[in-house]
Amino acid sequence: MPNPAITLSHISKVYANGTIALTDFTLEIAEGQFVSLVGPSGCGKSTVLRMIAGLGKMSAGTIDWALKQRKLAFVFQEAALMPWATVQENVRLPLKLAGISKRAARLDVAEAIALVGLQGFEKAYPRELSGGMKMRVSIARALVTQPEVLLMDEPFGALDEMTRSKLNSDVLDLWLQKKWTVVFVTHNIYEAVYLSNRVIVMASRPGRVVADVAIAAPYPRTEDFRSSSLYNGYCQKISHALANVPILPRTYEQPH
Amino acid sequence: MNSRIKAAMPKHGSIRPIFSPDVLAPVLVGMIMLGAWEVGVRISGIPPYLLPGPILVLQTLAKDWGQLFPSLLITLQITVAAFIAAVVSGLLAAILFAQSKWIERSFFPYAVILQTTPIVAIAPLIIIWVRQAVPGENSTFISLVICAWIVAFFPILSNTILGLNSADHNLLNLFQLYRSSRWQTLIYLRLPSALPYFLGGLRISGGLALIGAVVAEFVAGTGGTQSGIAYQILMSSFNLQIPRMFAALLMTTVLGVAIFAGLTLLSNVLLRNWHESAVKQEN
Repeated sequence: MPNPAITLSHISKVYANGTIALTDFTLEIAEGQFVSLVGPSGCGKSTVLRMIAGLGKMSAGTIDWALKQRKLAFVFQEAALMPWATVQENVRLPLKLAGISKRAARLDVAEAIALVGLQGFEKAYPRELSGGMKMRVSIARALVTQPEVLLMDEPFGALDEMTRSKLNSDVLDLWLQKKWTVVFVTHNIYEAVYLSNRVIVMASRPGRVVADVAIAAPYPRTEDFRSSSLYNGYCQKISHALANVPILPRTYEQPH
Repeated sequence: MNSRIKAAMPKHGSIRPIFSPDVLAPVLVGMIMLGAWEVGVRISGIPPYLLPGPILVLQTLAKDWGQLFPSLLITLQITVAAFIAAVVSGLLAAILFAQSKWIERSFFPYAVILQTTPIVAIAPLIIIWVRQAVPGENSTFISLVICAWIVAFFPILSNTILGLNSADHNLLNLFQLYRSSRWQTLIYLRLPSALPYFLGGLRISGGLALIGAVVAEFVAGTGGTQSGIAYQILMSSFNLQIPRMFAALLMTTVLGVAIFAGLTLLSNVLLRNWHESAVKQEN
């Protein structure tokens, strides 16, 4: 296994209202790995992502970074674009916040927009774009800082199936080019299997890992992979893991 | 996009054509009302000192324009000064309040008290105090501006606070992720998010500044040369020059509508590219 990039050890998160979002979560993410976290809502998969990003405090546990610069980018479930700014300005935001001048940022912004295939829409406002295009802008904004770690929180959850599978294969192409370490949160098993080389299955109340499945299928993955028996086998294995969550003693029940 | 489709799409932020139903319908209603009023006054023989007809009001307006218009300009000066003061102070106070929940908790109730105090009741006090502090010619002007400012301040403050606090949660997280400074978050995220709310506050405050100025003038009952439009209304009613009173009232109303229309136009121009309120949708 390649070097671990991020090591999460025994992480717990309890919210102020007593909800246990995550309990004793341990995960080692290798450099360049595409890891998906799959589970029902409330299993803490988004919480893991937020902890890695440093948004919010952990109740217990540690996160170790092997990468020298923790250059990470976050893609949210909603595109989260500034409606008053053009595509170009939205993509430039991370560089602007880093104090990089408009001139110096120009090439990086143009490259990020080209990577997601939005050339010609630089001057468009978010309201003029479709849901899929907004998500592309959001991804371009994440790419503009040349990140090494990409955190994606159900980025395609709100999109229709056709747009979703197009974006899936585009993200995969980009990942093969750029060799990021990706942590991808989704509740869609098929998406997780198609994209990842590792799927972590989680259960809720309290949030924890119930299965760790390596997807041993070669990249690049074509549309044919989606109809292969290998793919279906993995999907079945994961839905089986999700359906057969061991029942925990009552002490772990979520307080009411 | 082909050019025919482009031509059919509405231009954002353009002023409505004069002959659109949006303009014609209310004008027609107004004409009918005025006509009925004129006919009613003539048929019933109501004396002009009780209810003048619209034609007589317009004649009086033209006749007394030389006295009424300078008075309107004085009121306009007070309104504009108070409005600018309200915009600047409201915006700055809102930014300050948004910096910490504690500042907002501590001071916001006093802003509410300022808003709910009847201006008619405290105007005499303000006039007396200002006269003590700033004796001389400008004393009345300053006290009237203060009265109008008190009325116009609050909508800007409360709307802008609401706007500053309604920045998108994911975007706030994103700014935090990229280690944005407080200042950057304010300039690049909170203030733009607050703009539609702020502009909504402006539209309310513009009219309120005028009302505040007129009410304060009524209370002050200013004499001398620097007399606003409220003084003209007051004196006309004392002298039973009712047509003249109507003419002055008409001018005040038109001014109020003009202020509102101007601020609405400003709002539409500033928001035309992105905010639902200013974007015309074709369905």
